[in-house]
Amino acid sequence: MARARGKAGQGSVWAAVPGLVYLVALVLVPLIIIVIFSFLSRAKLGVGVKWEFSTQAYADLLFSESLAGGRSFDPTYLQIILNSFVFALVTAGVTLALSIPIALWIATRPAERRTALIFLVTIPFWTSLLIRTYAFVIILNDNGPINGTLGWLGLIGEPIPMLYTPFATVTGLVYTFLPFMILPIYASAERFDFRLAEAAYDLGAGKWTVLRRIVLPSIRPGVIAGMLLVFVPALGSFLAPELLGGGKTSMIANVIAAQFGASRNWPLGAALSVLLLIITMLVLVGFAVTAKRVSRTGGSNTWEAML
Amino acid sequence: MADSTAALSIRGVTKEFATPEGGVVRALDDVSLEIDEGSFTVLLGPSGCGKTTLLRSIAGLETPDAGEIRLRGERIDDEPVWKRRVNTVFQSYALFPHMTVAQNIAFGLEMDRVPKAEIAKAVESSLAMVRLEGLGGRRPSQLSGGQQQRVALARALAKKPEVLLLDEPLSALDLKLRRGMQMELKRLQRETSITFVLVTHDQEEAMAMADTVAVFDSGRIAQVGEPRDVYLRPRTRFVADFIGEANVLPATFLSDRADVDALGVLEADLLSGTEGLTSGQPGFVAMRPENILWSRDEQGQARVVDVTFVGGDLHIDVLVGEHPCAIRTSSHVAEPPRVGEALRLEFPAGSVRWVTD
Repeated sequence: MARARGKAGQGSVWAAVPGLVYLVALVLVPLIIIVIFSFLSRAKLGVGVKWEFSTQAYADLLFSESLAGGRSFDPTYLQIILNSFVFALVTAGVTLALSIPIALWIATRPAERRTALIFLVTIPFWTSLLIRTYAFVIILNDNGPINGTLGWLGLIGEPIPMLYTPFATVTGLVYTFLPFMILPIYASAERFDFRLAEAAYDLGAGKWTVLRRIVLPSIRPGVIAGMLLVFVPALGSFLAPELLGGGKTSMIANVIAAQFGASRNWPLGAALSVLLLIITMLVLVGFAVTAKRVSRTGGSNTWEAML
Repeated sequence: MADSTAALSIRGVTKEFATPEGGVVRALDDVSLEIDEGSFTVLLGPSGCGKTTLLRSIAGLETPDAGEIRLRGERIDDEPVWKRRVNTVFQSYALFPHMTVAQNIAFGLEMDRVPKAEIAKAVESSLAMVRLEGLGGRRPSQLSGGQQQRVALARALAKKPEVLLLDEPLSALDLKLRRGMQMELKRLQRETSITFVLVTHDQEEAMAMADTVAVFDSGRIAQVGEPRDVYLRPRTRFVADFIGEANVLPATFLSDRADVDALGVLEADLLSGTEGLTSGQPGFVAMRPENILWSRDEQGQARVVDVTFVGGDLHIDVLVGEHPCAIRTSSHVAEPPRVGEALRLEFPAGSVRWVTD
């Protein structure tokens, strides 16, 4: 029967089963385990958990217990979460500012050159992020090429300390996430009808006005998608703060890792993960609301389809 | 120096483009044109003839390699687009999709820092002018092609430009709408008395609207004049053929007569446009299909190839020697010619136009 066989290109639920199983087994189940762990007690030796219900881990997020047993408010973890937010926001902001000109420039090249340029943007994906982040350790080092060149030029007497600073962390994060911002913005910019820019010039608009009032609103779906693809993973990034920030500029992922490792407090690590998850979801909802508004005001809803 | 009545004065404008294959195309070749204040001027020509390049050069969207463009006597060719007091209606309309109709129209006025209250009033009157009252809150995507066209017009006219440039504005509309918009454009031009410069490849459209038509042929202006004048007195073979239909046959000028290939010698009284020719000069004669008189004659120079009824008109295709010729006559003729019959062709006085290559 034609009906039973289905139409070509029409999705069948059976074909989706392996992927769904994979998702459930490898994404949903660990998430559930994390949530369960966060409500259990710390094991004696710190490895694993004790199967006893407890909200201690969540209390630990906000309070610290003195040796005498008194509780006092402790903003350490909140501070780290706030730090992570600031790092993620700065990263998203800097990548956005760098990506818009790049994406627009590529989108205005002849078609065959565009493909080549986009290919170049994806080159960093060819090597592991770990190795690329280690490369930044070398670059930002006191004896690295930047300090070396500046010193050789006589511009600085002593090396500028760059490694193990917030600057190093943000530099590493921006480098990591730049392609994730360029690609969606380019996808929007490529569809932009540059005759609209001509029309705006013709009506008396200068370059900045054209960018602000005509180009940016048209590529907004790409900007939103890019912000999402950069901000959310940046919030939970581990490598750049670990390798480039040193111990000084921890982000939430590093603290979580420490709880499962050296600090041996799995429930606290799990509770921090749950908190990160909730924050991420709130951000996603925020983006979704914005995107709905965008699509209702005539923008394309490509990014919604991505969710 | 500039003519006081000229809204636009174009002198020696040349523009070359590099082709992807590495060659060079001369889109405009030393083009000069005076456009009268308050006129409706049409730049007419086939695609790729340079007419749009000239329009874009006036707007400032292209930079000519040489020559000068003056707007009411002031040089504008070195001014940026946004400073020129000319506005364009684009072929694609180029309406801003993320703005409402009213916001689209207001955009240009905001750029001029017009006070808000005045903008609101100007938007209303612009919408009324193009008969789109009440549609200011719509998005361009919610409008029909014809309505979008009107918004594009209103947006450009709201700025009260010294010259309005229109780039093939009607080409995206269907035939019936196009006829209506032609009348509409003429009305708007009369009511606003703004100088209109319109580009089209459609010669009927040009005839219907233009006060002055400039015919472009491969980057040069072949002829400028009133539409009727250009139709009746084409100067080149290209103009004769492009404006209306023409039968063009090679000929040699003999003191006051023309020796036409396969047709024989035509007497001086039949010819026009022969002033200043020297005997023995080669060229062409052009005859309009409706200006050819025919009669049956065994010894006639033309042989009928095809006969078609088109309503009131009868189209007769003949061969003169080896040259195909079209004849247009009334369908009410008692006995239409049949395929294969020989015809004798005659021409009313002055109807055979001498044209150059």
